[in-house]
Order: sequence, then structure tokens, then C-alpha cells
Amino acid sequence: MPFKSTVGDYQTVATLETFGFLPPMTQDEIYDQIAYIIAQGWSPLVEHVHPSRSMATYWSFWKLPFFGEKDLGVIVNELESCHRAYPDHHVRLVGYDAYTQSQGACFVVFEGR
Amino acid sequence: MSKKYDAGVKEYRDTYWTPDYVPLDTDLLACFKCTGQEGVPKEEVAAAVAAESSTGTWSTVWSELLTDLDFYKGRCYRIEDVPGDKESFYAFIAYPLDLFEEGSVTNVLTSLVGNVFGFKALRHLRLEDIRFPMAFIKTCPGPPNGIHVERDRMNKYGRPLLGCTIKPKLGLSGKNYGRVVYECLRGGLDFTKDDENINSQPFQRWQNRFEFVAEAVQLAQEETGEKKGHYLNCTAATPEDMYERAEFAKELGQPIIMHDYITGGFTANTGLSKWCRKNGMLLHIHRAMHAVIDRHPKHGIHFRVLAKCLRLSGGDQLHTGTVVGKLEGDRQTTLGFIDQLRESFIPEDRTRGNFFDQDWGSMPGVFAVASGGIHVWHMPALVAIFGDDSVLQFGGGTHGHPWGSAAGAAANRVALEACVKARNAGREIEKEGRDILTEAAKHSPELAIALETWKEIKFEFDTVDKLDVG
Repeated sequence: MPFKSTVGDYQTVATLETFGFLPPMTQDEIYDQIAYIIAQGWSPLVEHVHPSRSMATYWSFWKLPFFGEKDLGVIVNELESCHRAYPDHHVRLVGYDAYTQSQGACFVVFEGR
Repeated sequence: MSKKYDAGVKEYRDTYWTPDYVPLDTDLLACFKCTGQEGVPKEEVAAAVAAESSTGTWSTVWSELLTDLDFYKGRCYRIEDVPGDKESFYAFIAYPLDLFEEGSVTNVLTSLVGNVFGFKALRHLRLEDIRFPMAFIKTCPGPPNGIHVERDRMNKYGRPLLGCTIKPKLGLSGKNYGRVVYECLRGGLDFTKDDENINSQPFQRWQNRFEFVAEAVQLAQEETGEKKGHYLNCTAATPEDMYERAEFAKELGQPIIMHDYITGGFTANTGLSKWCRKNGMLLHIHRAMHAVIDRHPKHGIHFRVLAKCLRLSGGDQLHTGTVVGKLEGDRQTTLGFIDQLRESFIPEDRTRGNFFDQDWGSMPGVFAVASGGIHVWHMPALVAIFGDDSVLQFGGGTHGHPWGSAAGAAANRVALEACVKARNAGREIEKEGRDILTEAAKHSPELAIALETWKEIKFEFDTVDKLDVG
């Protein structure tokens, strides 16, 4: 009889915080999350960093936060422009909440390698 | 004109029942649920509570005339029926600010819930709520860091944090204990927690535990690339021991320590919290012994009061019950005191058990911790009830996974993130919980197995302490 175990081996994975345990999002799913950020009244912003520095507190800003931007398409374009400009960098989308001075949302959209 | 000394026993209501009194903004207000002995009028019972919790003594004394008692006395200014309960009533009492030492929750409780609870004219007495005036709040240290500082320190945004208590509760050696911490953290949890029973017992002295745990946290952080922490329990027999442990946690570079604020006491808690503010340490607060005080619907202190007191005394995370798990707590009441921990202004709302408007001003907020008997199937409800500013802690629901703690942790993390993602996308996660989890399990064998393991478990007992409704 062939050997059969019911116990699996869990391999540690390096992840990038929120949504790091989910498969990469589709274009539509990213739209949904941007819509959520805008609906909450938060300011979308795009940040990027070389993977060797992913645990740093400060990632580089892509331009400035997009204060008051309501157009989902603009944010998607900015994410893609940032990714094109820094193809080897992680690119994340942040929803900045000025009321709590915190980030209501923050997740990596493109992983650099 | 000065008063004459008139020795003897007077009725409390002559002095302490003042229905025309309009409370001041600086008064500390309290709502008691009173159940008097048969035949004693409500006004007399209520006035007795006001008297015995402030300036009164059973007999008039000459030295009262050396001061202006009308300035210092507590007053019962309103009596209300308790909906659906004929034998009890609510007494609303106003206490002048000067009755209390600045910044001392200990002093407030010693006055309000001291001798009066053993008073013979009462069968039962329960402190339902306190309205702390801003003038008092501004004298209290409050949470050492608060929610947004903790998020910045731990680099966790846009979702509840995920934790778990190390099990078995007791009996592991320091090295074996650190192993369990490492497994949980490498599997995707943000935090692990010392069980409250773990202090420094013969099987595992604190220093040994702290060292192994620090190594586990460090390793998990390096391997996952995420910030990790473990609540190192500093609760101890004496304040000196407590500070010694806190100092060592800091020396090891750990981000967070823990204290049991009711068994340890408010004075110890306030002291430790101030130490945390000064030393850049987060503070997790456990609440052992609370159910002894807060579970009986007619006697004791409601947890919303204990929660408010903790926010004043200081802590960055406080256990609040889960609503859905193995421990007591109904949903509306829990939402009511979670608001008291996290919001800056909470209006009076009897449907949530809040008897007063409560303004917290600039006091930082406290994360609500849901822990006890919860597993992946509860995730959609937990995210809906507690929202992002919470820590969800699965003990058995992590270690009980057939592949072990790391896989259990990963299952919870996948479930949590799937629920948050779905919520953000506008889905009703409580209704669609099954679909959301089942979809997520397609990409995670760990979650698929967790869903299979815990599918039958429910904790559906009615709560003992409910909101008073007719």
C-alpha cells in the first residue's frame, strides 16, 4: 500500500502585509478596492520600494497623494505608470485617512522582483 | 447663617434626594440599578446610595458643620423604572468633581463602589454606567499609544489584527512555548499572547520565556517580512516585579507587553501604562475576574464601566468578548462598550446600554480584542461586528488545525483577508459568509481543512445578562 499522510507541510512564505495571503487581484477587484477608498473619503496614494527595503516604514511616494480624486481610472493609470517606471519595485495603494491620521487601506498591487 | 447641630439619625432623602438639581458639566454622573429591601421607598434607597457613596454617614455628626456639605455631597437627581422589571429602578446620581483625586480611577471606584454595595437597605446594587466629565478625563493618562500609533508601529492597515493565545495554558517549558509562538507567527498571525495564567511559574520562569519568545518573534519577522509581536505578560505579585519584567521586554526589543488590570489592580495598571508611554511599548490588557463583577444583571458593575475605567487608566488593547464564541456577551451591549473604547464621542443610546452622552475629547482609542472559542466560520460575523480596529484571537481555532499551528494561522489569515476584501467590495459578508470562505479555500488548502474541521461547532446559549427591555 502506498504511503499516505493526512498531514500537510506548511511552508513559511514572505508576504507583504494586508492581502498578502490572497492571490493577486484581478483588474476588477482592484477597481472595487479603489472605489471603497474613495467612498470612505480617504485620499488615494501610490508608493513604491525596492523589495530589499520592503520592511522600511517609508516607501517612496509616486508623485503626491491624489487629494480629492474621484475617478477610478486615474488611480489605475497612476498605479500602472508607477509600475512601468519601476518594474522591479513593489507598488502599493494606500487610502490615507486624514481624520485618524492613519491608513484606512494599504495593500501591494504589483510585486517587484 | 450657620446651622445648628442636631444629633441623631435623619432620613437620607432629606439631604440627598434632589429632583430639581440640574447636573453640571463638571459633575461625575452615575447610573445605578437599585433593588431595595421590601417596604423601603425608592427615594430613600436612591438617596442612601448617593449618601453612602459620597459624604454621608448613618448618623449626623458635629464635624459636618465644619464644612459646606452641600458643596461636596453626591445627589440623586432622577429615578427611572427599569423596563420589564418591577422590583428594580435606576437611580441617577451626580458627584461634584472635587470628590475625586485627579487622574485616579482607583479613587473614583473606591468612592462609587465601596461600602455602599454592602449596604443593608439594598438587596442588590449594580453600577450600570458612569459619565466621566471632560474635566476629569483630561487629568487621566489614558492609553499609552492608541490605535493609530499601534498601527504605525506594527505596520498593519486596513484590516483587523490577528492573534492567538499560546496553548496549553500551563505546563510548557520556555523553549517549547517559544516554538508554538514561532509556528503561529510564521503562519501569518500578527500577534501571539501569553495566557493570563502564565506569570512566572516553576515550569517556566518569566526570563526564560521572554528570551525564547523574543527569538521566535525575531525569526518569524525575518522569514515573513512582516512585523510581529507577542504580548509578554508582566502581571506579577508586586509592582517591582512587574516593572522588572517590563524593562527586560524592552531590553529584548519587544514591541508589546501585557497586564491583567482587574486582578493586578487599577493602580498597578495606571503605573504600568505610564511606563509604556514613556518607553514606547504597546500594552495589551486582559480582564480576568471581570465576570465575577459584571455578569449578574442586578448586582456588581457593568463591563461598560470597567471598559471606560480601563481607557482612563491606560491600555492599547482590551478584551471585550466575541459575541459569537464560547463566552457571555450580547451584540448590542458589546457594540455599546466597544464604542466607549474607540470613539471620541458616544451619544446616550439605551439600545446599546449607554446611559449618558460621553465625550472622550482627545483621549486615544483602545483596540477591542475578541478572543475565546472562535474559529474560521465565525470570521465573517467577527469582521462585521468588530470592524477594522480590533484584534481577533483564535486559540483552539489556530492550534487545533490538523496540520498544526502554522497552518491554522494561515487559514485564519486567508479567511480574514477574504472577508475584508469582500466587505470593501460591497458584499454583505455575514449573509454571504459561506460563499466567501468557500471561494477563498480554493486557493488555500489550510483554510479548506479548517472549514472542514470546525464545521459543526456552535456556542448558542442565551446570554445571562441582557439589556433591560420591556
